[in-house]
Amino acid sequence: MIIFRQTAIAAVALLLPFAAIAETPDIAVDRPWARATIGAARPGAVYLRLRNDGAEAATVTALRTDVAAMAEIHRSSTTAEGVSSMAPAGPVTVEPGATVTLEPGGLHAMLMGLTAPLNEGDRFTLTIVFADGGEIQVPVPVLGVAARGPEE
Amino acid sequence: MIRRRPALAWVAAAAAALAVALFAGWWQVDGPGARRPNDLRPLPLSAMQFSLTDDNGRAAGPHTLIGRPTMLFLGFTYCPDVCPTTLADISGWLEALGPAAAQRINAVFVTVDPERDNRRAMADYVAHFHPAIRGLTGPAVQIDRLVQGLRADYRKVPLEAGGYTMDHTASVFLFDAAGGFVTTIDAHEPREFALPKIRRAMGDPQ
Repeated sequence: MIIFRQTAIAAVALLLPFAAIAETPDIAVDRPWARATIGAARPGAVYLRLRNDGAEAATVTALRTDVAAMAEIHRSSTTAEGVSSMAPAGPVTVEPGATVTLEPGGLHAMLMGLTAPLNEGDRFTLTIVFADGGEIQVPVPVLGVAARGPEE
Repeated sequence: MIRRRPALAWVAAAAAALAVALFAGWWQVDGPGARRPNDLRPLPLSAMQFSLTDDNGRAAGPHTLIGRPTMLFLGFTYCPDVCPTTLADISGWLEALGPAAAQRINAVFVTVDPERDNRRAMADYVAHFHPAIRGLTGPAVQIDRLVQGLRADYRKVPLEAGGYTMDHTASVFLFDAAGGFVTTIDAHEPREFALPKIRRAMGDPQ
């Protein structure tokens, strides 16, 4: 039965070019994942894609999750001299028809003050809050420390 | 007429002095005397002096690395994004090279945050990546010697939410078996560019 269900889900995923796992009428989220952490003292990182199907720009103003005291979108960037740094990205706007990708080495949702280690195989909920007050609850699977993303 | 000549000479002398100053400035800033990026090439490992410890407790320094090609990356274990991503890349490159090649190369991850990254932390961290990767830590003064030899940089940056993060050079440094600097692989450089560079450092035919 379980195998059947997984096959069915895989079949549905194959049919949809952008298999949204969470959405409001206008915003679709897909490919969410978090990297496992070693202990709870180190920060975690969540990656996902946000697609705006609406006619209005949508701005992410806050993130919430039960697994961390604070969640915030950060951006990693590298200078011409090759020095990498990380800073809060501020409000992130998804223009109509556009997709914003949180991916390794770029934008990521940084989870600070973890309440427990993120272990591979865990799943938690990340709430994305938009400027218009809308919210999306995203189920986030935890992949390995060395993961580069969900399997294609 | 006679009185104007010294004035002209003064003007000529001043103009000449200005021209010399401008030329000297150009020479040093934009001209052949300019400092080239090449002046900032990492030193060969043989010209460096640093004494660190790997995650197994073994001494690690230029003398333990020279003899095999070396792939070296600076970072810290509290790094949520860039460091695990690059270590995952390095793991992928080592897998692509195959087990025999992976045993012929030093793959070292050196912390720039020894305050939090002791030997145990490095061991816990590198255990999640390719088994050939060693994690190096040690006194800050020793890490600084290596970083200066690499012509690299790092900086502690306080976080608004408390604690701190580290800015650091995120390129992967490649040295040949003699310890000579070969090239760097930039963060997120695609595998098709990275692998030939590693093979070049290993002295393998391309």
